[in-house]
Amino acid sequence: MTRDEVVLAVKDIIETIAPDEDTQNLTMDERLRDQIDLDSMDFLDIVMELRKLYGVQVPEEDYKELATLTGCVEYLHPHLAEKALHCAVS
Amino acid sequence: MRYDAIVIGAGMSGLAAAARLAQFDKKVVLLERHEVWGGLNSFYTLGGRAFDVGLHALTNFVPKGTRRAPLTKVLRQLRIPYEDLRLGEHEFSEIVTPRARLRFTNRFEDLVAGVAEEFGGEEADRLRRMGEEVRAYAAGGDVAHGRTAREWVRGRLDEDLMDMLFVPLLYYGSAREDDIDLHTFGVLFQSILLEGLCRPEGGIRTLLNLLVKKVKRDGGEIRMRAGVDRIVHDKGVVRGVVLEDGTELESDRVLSSAGWVETKRLAGLDVEPHEIGRLSFLETISSLDCEPTDLGIESATAFFSTRDRFAYRQPETDIDPTSGVISAPNNFRSEKPLKEGRVRLTVLANHDRFCGLDPEAYKAKKEACADQSIQHATTIFPDWRANTVFRDVYTPTTVVRFTSREKGAIYGTPQKRFDGSTGIDGLCLIGTDQGYLGVVGAMMSGISMANAHALVNV
Repeated sequence: MTRDEVVLAVKDIIETIAPDEDTQNLTMDERLRDQIDLDSMDFLDIVMELRKLYGVQVPEEDYKELATLTGCVEYLHPHLAEKALHCAVS
Repeated sequence: MRYDAIVIGAGMSGLAAAARLAQFDKKVVLLERHEVWGGLNSFYTLGGRAFDVGLHALTNFVPKGTRRAPLTKVLRQLRIPYEDLRLGEHEFSEIVTPRARLRFTNRFEDLVAGVAEEFGGEEADRLRRMGEEVRAYAAGGDVAHGRTAREWVRGRLDEDLMDMLFVPLLYYGSAREDDIDLHTFGVLFQSILLEGLCRPEGGIRTLLNLLVKKVKRDGGEIRMRAGVDRIVHDKGVVRGVVLEDGTELESDRVLSSAGWVETKRLAGLDVEPHEIGRLSFLETISSLDCEPTDLGIESATAFFSTRDRFAYRQPETDIDPTSGVISAPNNFRSEKPLKEGRVRLTVLANHDRFCGLDPEAYKAKKEACADQSIQHATTIFPDWRANTVFRDVYTPTTVVRFTSREKGAIYGTPQKRFDGSTGIDGLCLIGTDQGYLGVVGAMMSGISMANAHALVNV
């Protein structure tokens, strides 16, 4: 997975969790929860979906690293580089 | 057999917990003693008619897309599309006491306007402010454990108005006599008065079917007629359960919706008398040959008290007909009208007085209590007896039989365990006794406990 694909993977997960939210216009550096309606339960879900889809374990103390899309790429890319993107948003 | 998690009880909280765990590929088994799921919110067929039991309506109604509301959070966590519930709102419900008749809808301002009319503008302002306080609290204020709602509301609202608001709030969820803890008051106030009431098209089955299908589709196992005989633990750590047929199931995660007292008994722990709930109910479901509105029953739900002071406590007699709830499911908006008119009347009842009777005496008492409760309710509501074509009654002992709740206490123990802890590692409570209320609350309880105890860092 490239860094861009990591962004796609995260956006895809967000759309699974929150189908009413539009992820098209998310910016990379603003906090996700300031852009769309995500609470702590939703962040847990992002982590759970990452584990389910890609086998990545994110311990609770690292949840904060996933606050922005840039943060997600920085944190997740090393874990996902060798993995294939399962599903991509259009 | 070894599982990642065992869930006891296929009610709303158990189904939601199992759905959450199965969704993330946990090997989970959901155990239900009865042949149907639903627990306190279930269904049955009698005389060719389909009936719902338990909650009259779904509380916590919010429109699709509402942010940070319990209903939308629950649906999101379970990946259930809002439309699938096919919710129909009530036009209005009402609270009736000797002091006034107040209508409420799914817009809080309608209640405030009614209060302005009956109690004056200043009182209406006080209620509006209380609504704001509760909203702020629900959005994440400090949890106010330990205080009671009466202490808090007294001085903020007129005594008569407080009594009126307490009729729906206590009837829809208080395990404590005449009062409620402040936290639960906030939860109920939000779910009934700030959010509101609705009914899924098709009743409780619609929601149950969605949950059951989801658990199964995601690979969760549901075992019916699988009552738990005991919870096995060793050195303070849970090891699994033994079923009534002797089957042993192992897991270091057990989520129990059996109730606090019932869970303690399953685990062989001592129960203190004050932990046992005292509040149970007698409900009469009447099928009509007309619509409730034809008789002048216009509200979807009517909460009433005919006494000057509302008494919500275990009656010393069989039942207390002087307060209760009248529910008319036909009066919720619906895509297609219900097959027949229905009126349900619920009043407080004394569990022990329905025990130890021979079948004849029990049946006679049950019918007499139903008659007495309807007789009393129709002193302030239109009479539906002449139009009744079929009637079914359930008593506290019926509740015990189908839910295994000790003393038929559907709202469980007065001492809630808000963190779900039981003193045994890996064994946690979900559902009513974890302090969440109503159908949506129960699902939220199952979800949040499954998240905290069986998904995070596991």
